[in-house]
Order: sequence, then structure tokens, then C-alpha cells
Amino acid sequence: MIRLEKRPQPSRAWSMATPLVAVIATMIVGGLLFAALGKPPVEAIRTIFWEPLFGEFAFYYRPQLLVKGAPLVLIAIGLSLGFRAGIWNIGAEGQYIMGAIFGAGAGLAFYPSESFLIFPFMVIAGAFGGWIWAMIPAVLKTRFGTNEILVSLMLVYVAEQFLASVSLGLLKNPEGFGFPGSRNLQSWDAAHNAELIAGTGMHWGVVAALIAVIFAYVLLNRHMTGYHIRLTGEAPRAAKFAGVNPTRLVLFCLGTSGALAGLAGLFEVSGPSGQISIDFNVGYGFTAIIVAFLGRLHPVGILLAGGLMALTYIGGDIAQSNLQLPAAAIQVFQGMLLFFLLAFDLLTNFRIAIGKPEVA
Amino acid sequence: MKLTNLLTSAAVALGLAAGAAMADTTKVGFVYVGPVGDGGWTYEHDQGRKAVEAEFGDQVETVYVENVAEGPDAERVMTQMALEGADLIFTTSFGYMDPTINVAKKFPNVKFEHATGYKRADNVSTYSARFYEGRAVQGTIAGHMTESNIVGYIGSYPIPEVIRGINSAYLHAKKVNPDVQFKIVWAFTWFDPAKEADAAKVLIEQGADVILQHTDSTAPQAAAQAAGNVITFGQASDMSEYAPKPRVSSIIDNWAPYYVARTKAVIDGTWESVDTWDGIGAGMVGIGEISDAVPAEVKEAALAIKDAQANGTYHAFTGPINKQDGSAWLAEGETADDGTLAGMNFYVEGIEGDIPQ
Repeated sequence: MIRLEKRPQPSRAWSMATPLVAVIATMIVGGLLFAALGKPPVEAIRTIFWEPLFGEFAFYYRPQLLVKGAPLVLIAIGLSLGFRAGIWNIGAEGQYIMGAIFGAGAGLAFYPSESFLIFPFMVIAGAFGGWIWAMIPAVLKTRFGTNEILVSLMLVYVAEQFLASVSLGLLKNPEGFGFPGSRNLQSWDAAHNAELIAGTGMHWGVVAALIAVIFAYVLLNRHMTGYHIRLTGEAPRAAKFAGVNPTRLVLFCLGTSGALAGLAGLFEVSGPSGQISIDFNVGYGFTAIIVAFLGRLHPVGILLAGGLMALTYIGGDIAQSNLQLPAAAIQVFQGMLLFFLLAFDLLTNFRIAIGKPEVA
Repeated sequence: MKLTNLLTSAAVALGLAAGAAMADTTKVGFVYVGPVGDGGWTYEHDQGRKAVEAEFGDQVETVYVENVAEGPDAERVMTQMALEGADLIFTTSFGYMDPTINVAKKFPNVKFEHATGYKRADNVSTYSARFYEGRAVQGTIAGHMTESNIVGYIGSYPIPEVIRGINSAYLHAKKVNPDVQFKIVWAFTWFDPAKEADAAKVLIEQGADVILQHTDSTAPQAAAQAAGNVITFGQASDMSEYAPKPRVSSIIDNWAPYYVARTKAVIDGTWESVDTWDGIGAGMVGIGEISDAVPAEVKEAALAIKDAQANGTYHAFTGPINKQDGSAWLAEGETADDGTLAGMNFYVEGIEGDIPQ
């Protein structure tokens, strides 16, 4: 008889190993899925994981990993702070959108000035846009006890309506022949978040993501607020006795994650994307939730998980084009990753025992 | 072990042979915004791709990537296709415009074809279809068929393309039925069966017995079928599974002739950057069979409009036409110029409501 037995203490080894085991399990089951679709499984897995890093055109894909991974890491770092404390911001997608709108709007207000102050001002406005959008669920929670999961999620759809509205109205390119979408910031130097070194994919968003990783690490390990976050998550009652102010913690966690998501939106709209358009958001805010958990809510883990997620996106597109794998199969593949992670997570707190339960 | 080695070397040899043969084939890439099975917009582009394969056989190799988000993802997918040796790349969504231009700059020897945009370059052509010609046919049928005099219209996004369609349908419905009224719901999506079904239900509740849609799913057709006495039109593809009723006709995007012609131009080395805007006449806009649910005389009137546009004797926007605010737009007998049509951002006189901003 196979049973699950609760471990007296969560296993550290399993906690570290589960992401790796989950990736391997995804490769195996994903390979079976691809084989069932009549595609060569080994070739498909190799295309997804190997091609972007070491393939013939890796010189192009490696920088793209940074472009794709940076917003994921930036957002996931913010989310992880709240998740550790049991504060669930599910609406990063909305904060990402609002950051882009505020940031691009703040810049475009000065078009066509070439002042060097424009980009820094846009960065501040972008962070503010994300922060203020996250403050809505934060204040509603602390004031009226609403559920931040629902409020933050619903605000994503409100933000999407705002996005459509400004694409068609306020921020519409006056030289765009009536088509929706803002001016392209890539063709306006003062507002362009260009590559810092050409051909490396390194833009300010990547730098910001790396800084966020370091700050989060220091915060969680060396700072009182970080200690409060961890304490609240691990032992809420103890946190109360230790004098943690829950209101302040909610405002801090939601505010920080909102601001970081807003920054991600700003760096995206002023860089790789270039313009505000109706379909500007592509789901980074939601994918970042997966990245946060895949990275064990640990800053360094998130950095690696962001890279891995970016890899499956880029590799997935290559596999589509080269092997004609359907997009849906790639999405199933990515979904498996989270599924297996959560499944194997069980082993952190439980162990599999064979035989009859011991008599206590 | 030996067998594996043998197989490997055989595979390598085959790969080399295939590689050598590939040098002569023309590689054509397609970037799709939706899934190939959407039954509408992307489905029809993929039919065009299949037509290219059928036409040229071993002379071409086609590749596609579906569900590509507009923006940096699209740019990466296009770059990837160009790196992998594509000679011609069709980018099939308006939002791919700036990414297409960016990638085209980096690969001057690769030809690009961008659907529905307005930015061109030496190696970037644009192409689109005059769907408003099809809307004129639909409007004629709608005006005749409606008994409640309320025609529902599911808009996707308030962009010139969609507004043009609404205006064209309205003008032609009004021509045959002066009491007709249009109710317009904006779905803010190109493809979302749930939202489209909701929009259709709202319109039917408001008394509409004809539903026109500028969204790509068959959900409005299903909603109309459930409601009973409501007719609809297929959008982008024929949607003939709902014929003869509720679907009484359709606008079919037929990209195949264009894709075949442009691929041939690349093979022959005669490709040039052009701006193509073809309609019923050139076969880019197809009118799906008008079903028997439509009385013979209505069918005849609709086909007359279709034929007159096909042979160029009639333009869907022929004056006198006023703008919604009552100001004059086209004088008696004057026809709209393409520039105004391309950027159309106003309703014609008689349509109620505002274009969302």
C-alpha cells in the first residue's frame, strides 16, 4: 500500500529539487505529447531548449531571451514579496498596462522635445501608474476587508478597457491615418528605451530586473520588512505578536509589486514594443505568477525561472516554424510545467511511504 | 550501436541532400495572429498558404507560426523566419506593421507582405481587400429581409476598416428600406466566441432580426439559430455549416490568388513593392452563396450590386452622402477616394450613436 506521510519538517532537498524534477517530467510527458501528434519528440524538445541557446542562430536568440525574460522577472520579483506574506496580487497584468499608459502618456505629452529628462520622467510615471493601480485593491483590502485576489484580477479587465480607449483616443497617433495606436516611441530618441549595447538585447528593463533581484534578496535576508514578510507568511500569529502591522505590509507588498509591474510595462512600451496599442499586453502579468512559483518565490530562483520561461516561449516559436508544432501543443507544454511543479511540491511536505501505517 | 551509427549517417546524408535541394526552393513564411483553426481570419490566410503549396509543389516550402502576439513577439518570429532562409514573408495582422518594417530593414533581400497596413518600403508591400464591397451586398439583403427594421451589427474595434463596413452596409440597407435602423455593439475583440455570443444576444433582445458581424467566430450564428427568426452572414470564411438559415450569405476572404501571384513574382524575380487593395472584381472578396432563405427577387438585387461592383460600374460610396453630423461629404454622383476610405473615422448620416474613443 502506498500512502502519503506528512514530514515532520518540509524537506529542503525536495524544495530545491522540485523545479528540476518538474522540468524533466515536462520534457518526458511533453515528448510523449509531441510524439502522439506525429512529431519527432527528441527533436522537438531539443528545438525548444537547445536551439535558442546553442543553435545556429543563437546569436540572435540569446539577446531575445533577455528581452522576453526581463519583464517576467521584474513582475515576478514584486509578486513574490506579497506571495510570501500571503498577499495575493493576481492583477499584475493590469498594473503592467497602467504603467505603460502612464509612462508613454507622460512622455508623449512632451512630444517632440528631445530633452534628456523625458525618459527618466517616463520611468517615474510608469512606476507610479502601476503603483496607483495596485493601491486600489490594497486600500480596499485594508479599509473594507475586500479580497485582493478578486479586486486586482477584475482591475485587469478595467485596465484593458483603458488601454483600448487611449489607443483609440487620447494617445492615438495623429499621423496614423485614423488607425488605433500611439506614436512609435522607437523612432523618438528621447523616449526610446534602446539597447544599451547594440545586439545584446540589454535594455533598461533588463538592468531594472537585475537590480530588483538584488534588492529583493537583500530585503528578504537583511532587512526588517523582509523579515516581517517572511514571518507573516510562515507564522501569521507569531507575526502579530511580533508587532507586524498588517495594513502597512499589505500596502507595501501590493504597492511594490504594482510599481515593478508598471516599470515592466513602461520599459516594454518604450523599448521592444514601441507603442501603445489595443493588444499591447501579451500576458506577462499572468505568466509572471508561474515564474514566481517556479522560482520558489526566491529572487535567484525567479531569475532562473524567468529565463526558463522565456526559453520555452522562444523555443516554442522555433518549434512551431521548423517542425510545424501547433501553438496549442506548446501552450499545453508550458502549462505542464506549472502542473508538475505543483504536483511534485507535495513531496516537500509529504513523503511516500510503502507499507502499513505504523501504530502511533 | 552499429545500426544506430548507420542510421545517423544515413540521416546526415539525407539531410545534406535535402539541404542541397532546398537551395532551389523558395521559402515562404506566414505569421498568423490567431490559431489556424479559428474558422475565420487566420483560417482563410492558411487556405491561401495551402494554395501556394498546391500551386508550386516542390518549388516552394511554406512555414507558419500561429497565435503570434503583436509587438516584439511578432518581430522575433519574423526575424527567425528570415534567419532560417525565408524569401517571402506574409504578416497577416494590422498590428504587425511596425515589426514588419523593423525586420525588413535588417533583411533587405527578404520580401515582406503586410496585410491591412499603410507602411511600405522597397522590400515591404501592403495588401488588403475591399470588404466594404461585400458589405454593400449584405446591406442590400439586410434591408430587404428585416421585418423589425432593426439590424444588429457586432463591431470588433472602431478602426477605419470596420467603420467602412458599417457605413457601406447601412447605406445599402437604407437604399432599399428607408425605415431601417442600425444598432451597433462593440466587442473589442476579433475573436472571442463568448463575447460575440453575448453581443448577438443583446442585439436580438433589442429587436434585431438581422445580425451582421465583423468578428470571426461562429458564435453569433449559433445565437441566431437558437433565437429562431434571425438571419446572419458568415464573416471571413463561408460559415456554411449554418446555412441556409440563419446564415444566408457571407463575405469570404480569398487570399489564395494574391499569395500565389506574389510567390510567383518572387520565384520569377519580378517582385516589386506595391500597395494592393482588391475587391470582388479581382476575387479577393468572395460572396458566399446566397441561400434559399432569401426570396428570389432579393437575391437578384443583391447579385446585381455584386456584379456592378465587380465590373467597376458601381462604387459602394457614391454621393450624395452626408456625414453623421449632417455636413456634406460626397456630392451627387461623386465617389469616395481611396485615401478617405482608408482612414474613415466617421459614420454617415442616419447612423445613431458615437464611434467609441
